[in-house]
Amino acid sequence: MALDDLKTKDFAFVGTRPNRPDGLDKVTGRAKFGADAYAPGMLHGAILRSPHAHARILRIDTSKAEALKDVKAVVTRADFSDKVPFEPGLEGEFWNVLENVMAGDKALYDGHAVAAVAATSALAARDALKLIEVEYEILPHVTDVDKAMLADAPVIREGAADYSVPEGMHPNVVRMHESGHGDVAAGFAEADLVVEDHFTTEATHQGYIEPHACLATLGMDGKGELWCCTQGHWIVQKTCAALLGIETANLRVTASEIGGGFGGKTTVFIEPVALALSRKANKPVKLVMSRSEVFRATGPTASASMDIKIGMKKDGTITAAEGIFRLQGGAFPGGPAEFTAMCAFAPYSLSNVRQVGYDVMTNRPKQAAYRAPGSPMAAFAVESVIDELCNQLGLDPIEVRLKNASREGTKASYGPRFQQIGLVQTLEAAKAHPHLSAPLKPGQGRGISCGFWFNHGGETSVSLALSEDGSAQVMVGTPDIGGSRASMALMAAEVLGIPYDNIRVTIADTATLGYNDVSHGSRVTYASGLATIKAARHAVEKLCERAAKKWGIPVDAVKWENGCAVPSGPNAGDFDPLPLADITANMGQTGGPISGHFEATPEGAGVSFATHIVDAEVDPETGKTRVVRYTVIQDAGKAIHPTYVEGQFQGGAAQGIGWALNEEYIYGEDGRLQNSVFLDYRIPVASDLPMIDTVIVEVPNPGHPFGVRGVGETSICPPLAAIANAVSAAAGVRMRNLPMSPPRILSALKADG
Amino acid sequence: MSKIHVSTTVNGDAVEYLCDPRETLLDCLRDKLSLTGAKEGCGTGDCGACSVTLDGRLVCSCLVLGVEAEGKEIGTVEGIAEGDVLHPLQQKFIDYAALQCGICTPGILVAAKALLEQNPDPTEEEVRFWLAGNLCRCTGYDKIIRAVMDTAKDMREAV
Repeated sequence: MALDDLKTKDFAFVGTRPNRPDGLDKVTGRAKFGADAYAPGMLHGAILRSPHAHARILRIDTSKAEALKDVKAVVTRADFSDKVPFEPGLEGEFWNVLENVMAGDKALYDGHAVAAVAATSALAARDALKLIEVEYEILPHVTDVDKAMLADAPVIREGAADYSVPEGMHPNVVRMHESGHGDVAAGFAEADLVVEDHFTTEATHQGYIEPHACLATLGMDGKGELWCCTQGHWIVQKTCAALLGIETANLRVTASEIGGGFGGKTTVFIEPVALALSRKANKPVKLVMSRSEVFRATGPTASASMDIKIGMKKDGTITAAEGIFRLQGGAFPGGPAEFTAMCAFAPYSLSNVRQVGYDVMTNRPKQAAYRAPGSPMAAFAVESVIDELCNQLGLDPIEVRLKNASREGTKASYGPRFQQIGLVQTLEAAKAHPHLSAPLKPGQGRGISCGFWFNHGGETSVSLALSEDGSAQVMVGTPDIGGSRASMALMAAEVLGIPYDNIRVTIADTATLGYNDVSHGSRVTYASGLATIKAARHAVEKLCERAAKKWGIPVDAVKWENGCAVPSGPNAGDFDPLPLADITANMGQTGGPISGHFEATPEGAGVSFATHIVDAEVDPETGKTRVVRYTVIQDAGKAIHPTYVEGQFQGGAAQGIGWALNEEYIYGEDGRLQNSVFLDYRIPVASDLPMIDTVIVEVPNPGHPFGVRGVGETSICPPLAAIANAVSAAAGVRMRNLPMSPPRILSALKADG
Repeated sequence: MSKIHVSTTVNGDAVEYLCDPRETLLDCLRDKLSLTGAKEGCGTGDCGACSVTLDGRLVCSCLVLGVEAEGKEIGTVEGIAEGDVLHPLQQKFIDYAALQCGICTPGILVAAKALLEQNPDPTEEEVRFWLAGNLCRCTGYDKIIRAVMDTAKDMREAV
């Protein structure tokens, strides 16, 4: 049986667009999200948060709250494990998470949790918070990345920097990355034109519409149950167990339907707190964040300060490129400076390239992953400079990118050689797209940009069980954040040869399947998909064995075709095809239940590239920008369910539009977040956007049985730069700072005279 | 604080609950009537995930107090389908994959239904502005707008 061949065409199910299995639940209101769970005798939790950006906690007095009849438990840091070690950098990530979910000696940002209450109603819990007395000693704070690196900046935490940081840097710099190849000085000397510029982006929030929510039960016996909205419940299980000092296997975590995550639900915030409250009260505790808590205390992405220098010849050849990227990731290590640096020049084949990244701490919430963490900022800075070089040298922006594009065999700016990749194909598709040649109206500008993301494999377990009637149930461990249950069913149908509707895919809880990494890194259709295919093939092997036994021929004389066991050739014997359901009907008598499974860490997640084209219109009177046309072109490797691939393209573009034009964390002089509601933190609404056109390019990824590349993240990489290039063209002035809000555009126009 | 008795009608059924005067209609629907289709995305009337109709008018149930429902008729996402027949908008949202995570979907369906009841032939711009109070972070709205426009067309042709 040649089961491991790469299959890239002649699919029966893959590439079709069936309805999603969770569709009915989601249009009728019966899908259960994080806050939709209730338990008998349940208490409601609430968290007290620091109003100060940086303050020493001198005293917490919870006695008045505890005296209330409705209050059943109050917790502070003392109610969590004291065995979690502090270590520099991400080595001490459990300690970092513990410190973030409940402050220790110091409150490190506006919104940092300092105590929590469980009471008989949500109102009673909120009322009780007002009775907790906290005495603070206010300390100097810093929220800006550049200021946090200055010699006189307040130190967030001594000893947080890891080995990578050279001596003499401020303690707030906790990691440094440097990579590249060639000789950039020599490269710049060869250039006909060198452009060097400085760019900034503000922190933006993932903006999922569902606030974090959970329902926790933990007994004095150390056994617990947790229901929560998360992108990965095994990491929740592992982290909560460590923070509460219990054994991992004794905590069962079930992932609810998830109302958006985009990277922001890859860690824990309220879950350990709810468990600690439950343990103390000996009752189930439900904890739901308000929107303001989501903004103040969950992870936005990092803000960035970047210097880019690129040299180009008159014919468009890039001779050298250099970038310095400073990212602030809040009051903890983990800002994605490394990814920013590594992604920055990845689209281009460069002889001389150098990139440096700094991860910097400030008095802001602990950053969390946000869709291709770090990459969009880098693309904004780099692709803006390439646009400027094209403008000054009178070169076509697509042709220049094609001339320098990374291809199969290119030594990537961050080290390895690329395998089969699809950047050139996206650029060729852009060139051929009618959008690129459509006329622009006065006041409009067109921008393009490329973007890159690594994609990820990660630890993956999948189990597939056949039923007597020939239907199949698939258990995966990656929460469905974009229609992945449909994609898994399509891939299983393709291998088994049974209808899509006869396959039910479930997100298993932590007690019923082996470990699974989080739904992040655009890994689900790649890794859980690969695992589903391999689990299905494992079941097919067993089906073939049963047929061989029945026919009395060797198993290698049986092959699987269109849902049936058939003799592999004329010499194998003359037997009628044996359908799957005929084999499963009496599997109990022919050897027992038939299941397939797969556990591994797939390493072949193919990288993904995209090219976006944007038309923007700028009103010089008000500074308001309107995106009038948008086209996303991206390599999907193989689109398993093309409608959901389009959805990922469109969603990434829309989030990028928000990041480019509106969204930003605004801090006051007092270090407090000024815009912690959706009215003031304005994500794109329906009337802000045009239709978003999509082109799916398919250059198969050799690391997946059907050629899949992850598609979720790359779509947010090009928009910032593409829109900035379009706005710069429309306004006639280079925009170097995001967001390009009306006041920023007006002041840029004014400065330009 | 003593609770207030409220008698109201939800999706055509007479219901009663006791609520604290500070509790919102959204709290009451979810926590007292187990109608968890309406979602709290913001609690400030900015996201529309809690959209319901109150005597036929589209409102954010997080901005209405539970006690204000006394004697009113409330419509939620749970009441959009008739028995086992989905409303055309519900079917079209499934067909068009006009949702990814689905948290905003109940509110958008309630809002879109209210739109089509008063304007059976909306332009794309009218749909976009009507739904501007319903935030979706996953889709970029493209498939949602198409689904609403196409439902409107089907419903007009079916008349």
